[in-house]
Amino acid sequence: MRTYTSRFTSSLIILALMGTLFSTSGCKKARPPSESSESATLSGGAGTPGSQDVIRIGEVGSMTGSEATFGISTHMGISLAIKQINAAGGVKGKKLEVLTLDDQGKPEEAATAVTKLITQNQVAAILGEVASSRSIAMAPIAQGHKVPMITPSSTNPRVTEQGDYIFRVCFIDPFQGTVMAKFAAESLKVKKVAILKDVKNDYSVGLAKYFTETFIKLGGEILVEQSFSSGDIDFKSQLTSIRAKKPEAIFIPGYYTEVGLIARQARELGLTVPLMGGDGWDSPKLKEIGGVALNNSYYSNHYSAEDKSPEVQGFITEFQKAFHVIPDGMAAMGYDAAKVLADSMNRAKSLNAQDVRDAIAATKNYQGVTGKITLDEKRNAIKSAVVLKVENGEARYQQTINP
Amino acid sequence: MGTLWRWLLVLGGIWAFQFLASDQIDPYFYSIIIYSGINIVLAVSLNLVNGFTGQFSMGHAGFMSVGGYTSAFLTIWFAQQFPGVLESPWSGAPVFVGALLAGGLAASVAGFLVGLPSLRLKGDYLAIVTLGFGEIIRVLILNLDFIGGARGLPGIPALSHFGWVYSVVVVCVFFVARIMQSSHGREFLAVREDEIAAEATGVNTTRAKVRAFVLGAFFSGVAGGLFAHTLRYLNPQTFDFNKSFEIIIMVVLGGMGSITGSIVAAVLLTISREALRPLQELTHIDFRMIIYSLLLIVLMLTKPNGLFGRREINELFAAWSTRRKLKREGLS
Amino acid sequence: MALEFLQHLVNGLSLGSIYALIALGYTMVFGVLKLINFAHGDVYMIGAFVGYFSARFFRFDDHSSLTGLFVTLGCAMSGSAALAFLIERFAYRPLRKAPRVNLLITAVGVSLFLQFTGQLVFGSDPKFFPQVYVPTGDWSYGELKINVLQVVVFGISILLMGLLQFIVFKTRLGRAMRAVSFNHDLASLMGIPTQKIISITFMIGSALAGAAGVLVGLIYPKIDPLMGVMPGLKCFVAAVLGGIGNITGAVVGALILGMAEELLVGYWAPTYRDALAFAILILILLFRPTGLFGVNRTEKV
Repeated sequence: MRTYTSRFTSSLIILALMGTLFSTSGCKKARPPSESSESATLSGGAGTPGSQDVIRIGEVGSMTGSEATFGISTHMGISLAIKQINAAGGVKGKKLEVLTLDDQGKPEEAATAVTKLITQNQVAAILGEVASSRSIAMAPIAQGHKVPMITPSSTNPRVTEQGDYIFRVCFIDPFQGTVMAKFAAESLKVKKVAILKDVKNDYSVGLAKYFTETFIKLGGEILVEQSFSSGDIDFKSQLTSIRAKKPEAIFIPGYYTEVGLIARQARELGLTVPLMGGDGWDSPKLKEIGGVALNNSYYSNHYSAEDKSPEVQGFITEFQKAFHVIPDGMAAMGYDAAKVLADSMNRAKSLNAQDVRDAIAATKNYQGVTGKITLDEKRNAIKSAVVLKVENGEARYQQTINP
Repeated sequence: MGTLWRWLLVLGGIWAFQFLASDQIDPYFYSIIIYSGINIVLAVSLNLVNGFTGQFSMGHAGFMSVGGYTSAFLTIWFAQQFPGVLESPWSGAPVFVGALLAGGLAASVAGFLVGLPSLRLKGDYLAIVTLGFGEIIRVLILNLDFIGGARGLPGIPALSHFGWVYSVVVVCVFFVARIMQSSHGREFLAVREDEIAAEATGVNTTRAKVRAFVLGAFFSGVAGGLFAHTLRYLNPQTFDFNKSFEIIIMVVLGGMGSITGSIVAAVLLTISREALRPLQELTHIDFRMIIYSLLLIVLMLTKPNGLFGRREINELFAAWSTRRKLKREGLS
Repeated sequence: MALEFLQHLVNGLSLGSIYALIALGYTMVFGVLKLINFAHGDVYMIGAFVGYFSARFFRFDDHSSLTGLFVTLGCAMSGSAALAFLIERFAYRPLRKAPRVNLLITAVGVSLFLQFTGQLVFGSDPKFFPQVYVPTGDWSYGELKINVLQVVVFGISILLMGLLQFIVFKTRLGRAMRAVSFNHDLASLMGIPTQKIISITFMIGSALAGAAGVLVGLIYPKIDPLMGVMPGLKCFVAAVLGGIGNITGAVVGALILGMAEELLVGYWAPTYRDALAFAILILILLFRPTGLFGVNRTEKV
């Protein structure tokens, strides 16, 4: 018995030694590139054309897992932007190169991925993540290494509160919730609203919360708050209960993956009242799945595809040319995040992290696809939202609401 | 006493490494080492239930989340009540250890609650009931607003580091190894081998099973606490049944009933996650989960006992050297 | 109020009939193999995708027709039966004599493999399922709305269940299946080709799941590679609730589960929907482990 344990401990010691060996070999491997890249950024900062004439940018996204469709859309937007930037001569004469790592939709994977991008690949900046839950896990790491990070579409206010290197190009939950509450009270002139939110989704829970606050302040009444979980396909039960309360409109802050089915089932149950939602609705899939059931629905978005501005129209045609699909909201946000980063790098005094950070923070009236982007002192994008009305599969511009 | 001394030596080595060398490690490798450690604790504690006691549990992530949320909630509360206390290592350490223990205890209460009704069940039924319990825990957390619900729990103090994680690894491995040599451990093994025969020879199988569940849950709760203070953010979606499957893959790969097997498998799988990334950068496709699932199937078909079966690494080594000796003698 | 309640019952019934189709496959496989086939939900997913591709291949989405529906159903059912054959032959059969836990782990592996390969092959974005058959008109009584498509789907479900009942209780094949499910060794001593019967049972169960995939695609026209995960688990609960291995039991269990979910969400605590199935499972296993229609069998030493 004794001998067993002692052998056991000694084998453990062997294992531990192996582990230490691994870690030391790891750091040996890690050292040289970090030094070389430091010198590369230094030479880049000095303005001398070094041997390395690419700027590496890291992207973390959910390429697999249950939220893969959002990560892939964003990735397409980012790739298009980078392709265009490089075609136009790159940034400060250097080409941009994006390294994309998958996090499978898991916060801990996102944290490891961002650590790898920063320490192993020496990226100059981080783009990502789509979901706030992953961005919150990534932000302290980017902040700790002082690498600027721009999230395309994480709307939870806490993301940018993690530090002064963390930015976003989308609006935050409180603003979007307020937009739809204002629209419901002032333009639709409804008083009684039901909410159907996705409990599994932080974005949806956040929007529902801020919508409720503002709508009650504006004199409205929330009749009932029902919920579902992303991945569900049957919502009739919730809708039947909502129908019994006779609301004048239903607020559904979810993603297009579920909203199409919800709209169908609502209409089947004879609920003809307007449906309302947020930018999570914006996707060609919504119209495909929901079809005519979405008539008389409104959602807030960053931009309208009807916008005749060259930015919007150029983006839509180029995107379709590149990927043969109609871009959704995520793709547009990814595109803008990459473009804002490139624009800031161009404006920055040098390419060192501090200067890039300052340049991003100074972003003012940048004309992107998703509107004029100005970053405030809390590093959140201040921009107006548009409300779109869905009519026979087309999202028609309704009105613009300013912050 | 001789063996205990060795274990203390290992602990001392870990803390020496923590104070002297941990800053020198590249952060990326450091985080892989940390997650390896957490996964070792999870795999070894699950092995106690699945491997040694033969009760196939699929709800380990649930216990982990209970421990993680409890300890994170405590340290966040502490940081708000007594600002500054956690910053100093002298006052921060006891708070952190207390929070980890509280997390472990909360998880073991959950383990007790799960273990008790599950006793009447066997095999597949037990598996799916524990999976169900794990899901129920996740849905409960989703509904608790004071710990963030679906929006998750951010702002957890960064208290975990190499020293703590590997101290827990050592304590956990020591504990499980020692318990398996005690009469309690023999009871676990008896339950695994033949429940009816064990009952007939006077083993209180109910008590043995509950003990295994409670102990396994305790360490997974502590691992959850370490996880929370490493990542500094918790989200209920992290702890869905895919997380439990991940831990099961580690236990199965290492061999159900082999502590060192679990350790090696946990480290291997944590490293391979990252080692397979270049393949992903090359092909732009994430093959990792496909490879893991295939590994699971192929392993069951060709080597169902995993890498080490029920043996430990030193036993394998001993067997190997004996065989070599015999061969040499035969040759000479 | 009363009408609202009736509407909930109608909804529950239609949800339950979908669950029933998936639960049937579970129950059949468990009957002959005593295995929780974790991959069953993913076979259902593959069935839906086979239906999706075949309906698009034959261009059934242009105009709705019953022929379109039946051809799509046939494709999906044979597709998932073929997949089931492969799974059984290469993943489960080699483990026939191995410990049960190994079989369970393999099933988990197959399930994960199908999910992630599905994401790779089909893409992870949700797909719109072609509306191969859209009946006209709607039945309503004031507030009570009944979707005709749901009635059709309910009818098809009942038809398939009846067919299954016929196969199991009135044919030689069915008798062989029952014999194998009772005792493998005894059955093979009686000259029943046990392997073949297990394989066929597996394929029939999976064909039903494939049919469910298409029918779900018709009513809820959104399919994606992870669609089978939750229904897979829930339908296992339904099968256990009715008494696993029992065909009537699976149907009744599924209807009860559909109804219970509907009422829980409608009247009490919608956020706990995903926990309900498991809570039912735990209660039933504690108080009546054999399920509502199960027969008690004592374990032999």
